[in-house]
Amino acid sequence: MYDAPNSERDVEVKDIKITAQGVQVYYGDTHAIKDVSVDIEDKTVTAFIGPSGCGKSTFLRCLNRMNDTIDIARVEGNILLDGEDIYDKRVDPVQLRAKVGMVFQKPNPFPKSIYDNVAYGPRIHGMAKNKADLDEIVERALKRGAIWNEVKDRLHAPGTGLSGGQQQRLCIARAVATEPEVLLMDEPCSALDPIATAQVEELIDELRRDYSVVIVTHSMQQAARVSQKTAFFHLGNLVEFGVTDKIFTNPTDPRTEAYITGRIG
Amino acid sequence: MTDASLATSGAPARKGKSLVVPDARTKRRNAAETRFKAYGVAAIGAGIFFLVVLLSAILINGVGAFQQTFIQVPVYLDPAKLDKSGNRDPEEMKKVSTFGYSPLIQDALFAEVQAQGVDTPLDSAKAMKEMISASAAAQVRDVVLADPDLVGETVDFQILASSRVDGYLKGRVQRADVARDKNINVEHLDLTDALREKGIVARRFNMDFITGADASESRAEQAGLGVSILGSLFMMLVVLLLSLPIGVAASIYLEEFAKKNRFTDIIEVNISNLAAVPSIVFGILGLAVFIQFMHLPQSAPLVGGLVLTLMTLPTIIISTRASLASVPPSIRSAALGVGASKMQSVFHHVLPLAMPGILTGTILGLAQALGETAPLLLIGMVGYIATNYPDGVASGFLDPNSAMPAQIYEWAKRADPAYYERAWGGIIILLVFLMVMNIIAILLRRRFERRW
Ligand SMILES: Nc1ncnc2c1ncn2[C@@H]1O[C@H](COP(=O)(O)OP(=O)(O)O)[C@@H](O)[C@H]1O
Ligand SMILES: [Mg+2]
Repeated sequence: MYDAPNSERDVEVKDIKITAQGVQVYYGDTHAIKDVSVDIEDKTVTAFIGPSGCGKSTFLRCLNRMNDTIDIARVEGNILLDGEDIYDKRVDPVQLRAKVGMVFQKPNPFPKSIYDNVAYGPRIHGMAKNKADLDEIVERALKRGAIWNEVKDRLHAPGTGLSGGQQQRLCIARAVATEPEVLLMDEPCSALDPIATAQVEELIDELRRDYSVVIVTHSMQQAARVSQKTAFFHLGNLVEFGVTDKIFTNPTDPRTEAYITGRIG
Repeated sequence: MTDASLATSGAPARKGKSLVVPDARTKRRNAAETRFKAYGVAAIGAGIFFLVVLLSAILINGVGAFQQTFIQVPVYLDPAKLDKSGNRDPEEMKKVSTFGYSPLIQDALFAEVQAQGVDTPLDSAKAMKEMISASAAAQVRDVVLADPDLVGETVDFQILASSRVDGYLKGRVQRADVARDKNINVEHLDLTDALREKGIVARRFNMDFITGADASESRAEQAGLGVSILGSLFMMLVVLLLSLPIGVAASIYLEEFAKKNRFTDIIEVNISNLAAVPSIVFGILGLAVFIQFMHLPQSAPLVGGLVLTLMTLPTIIISTRASLASVPPSIRSAALGVGASKMQSVFHHVLPLAMPGILTGTILGLAQALGETAPLLLIGMVGYIATNYPDGVASGFLDPNSAMPAQIYEWAKRADPAYYERAWGGIIILLVFLMVMNIIAILLRRRFERRW
């Protein structure tokens, strides 16, 4: 099999990885996400776009229960990962987060060596039996993060000493090192320069082969470049969700059209 | 672009005011800024001035305590008096008290004065006893008991001079004052001068001041800080071993795990308030709880340490929480994001980053506890005469002792001006300890911060 070229955006139906049904999120009295239902496909890049403050990050953080760490946040509704409710009482968020990795807006490597950054997840999940195993996992993750060639000679240099773009790819490598099935990215390029952005976008396109990727972005061009599916949020509502090409060329909702033509946002 | 092109490109006519001439508003602003800077410089100047005054006062008054006047005399250790049975049995010889030794020393000094041909109206050994410290006999006795074979020989001793002779050499005792002094006469001062010229009476560095034990009111020349330094060290050990783990655990729980609600708010406010509670309050609490209720021994460094732990905990908790809070939240999200548990994220990532702050806070808390006197007052560590070295660790914690600041306070209270000098000297030692602790704090912070 060969990779489908970009123009031929796969319209064929893929497996559903995550299903959200009637999700509501409250921060205290603020109703941040209003009744959002969406299906996120496997081996697909799904982009969340929308004006800032519309709830993109909030919804993204529901998908790996990062909102649990915010005292005042309250999540209602169902979110199923491979058919299992991740908000079920029996689910340990720690296990969930190993399956649903996350990359943050600001590159946030640990103040440790490059090697230790990547090795940390596999270590705490007991994924490596010995040092050689771990070395291999780290190498594979760094290669997937498309940063191996740049750092292979200085694995024990501090991760915080890399450039912003490299740090972000290191964070992606760190996220994939635990062999997640879904990768959540919250504006991963917003702190990067255009060249680093291009590198990360290319990487995202490659990651699609193995993972279901959900990316929040404030850049519509970026959504158009990297995603196959796009969800448009506005004031906590999911306004429109569909194939990226269609959203950008032929939106059904007037609010979507207003946003992509630059009239709101 | 060249200068020429700049100059020739017809400058447009200036609109409004010139930039070259500052307007009234700017002048006022600049003047205010200049004034403010001057206030700042003046404040710093005043601060430095007081610091210099303080330090030089301490040094001028205190260095004297590190030197002591000694009289060098050969003492004949007469077997007839020290070992009547003649078999050099230490048990037997212990029966001879210091009263047996005093006449030997006085005779030795008298003989030495005669031998040197010093002209003095003091015509007997007894008349010279005011020159010699009351603790000189104990000094000689200790040497003899340590090595009984010395008996029968003539041994050179550095005998402690009496506090008045010492004061005379240090300028504390003036000839004019001696008329009213029962402890010494002008003749003794004349003799001192004569012996000093011969090199028999001299000031030397006095290690015993740092390592020695406290002495009775009348023997200032013998008193040392050593025992109370040990008392302080045992207390600090208690404080460190209790307040660091308790303080850090409490801070981690409050900062990282506890939900923010009414209850934790109240705890937070109360911890801040506790930090401001006068230390004597902790003292009376310690008296009530540890001594009257739990019946722990009085004056014991263990109790002192417990009281100081109570006092230090708020300080440590506040500084630990501040350093935990200063760790960027992105580190926590990063750890949680790769599937670390809350505890793993705290112990693997947050705590190591907060460590320099925690250690600095702890050491500064310890330093504060080291200098604390008031709470010790109430549990009997002030006023206790620290003459006994603890024998062993348990005794170090449980036997009555004093502490550095308590000892200093005690000395300052005593009537003999020789003790006043020792109080200043004690302050120097205390300050050296505090300085060392601060330097350790700085070094630790540097070391941990440099990790990247
Ligand atoms: N930790 C929080 N506490 C309270 N309100 C929050 C918090 N995070 C986000 N919000 C609110 O939720 C809404 C959605 O925010 P967010 O999801 O960050 O938007 P976006 O990522 O689309 O810019 C905003 O109104 C924001 O003020
Ligand atoms: Mg956001």
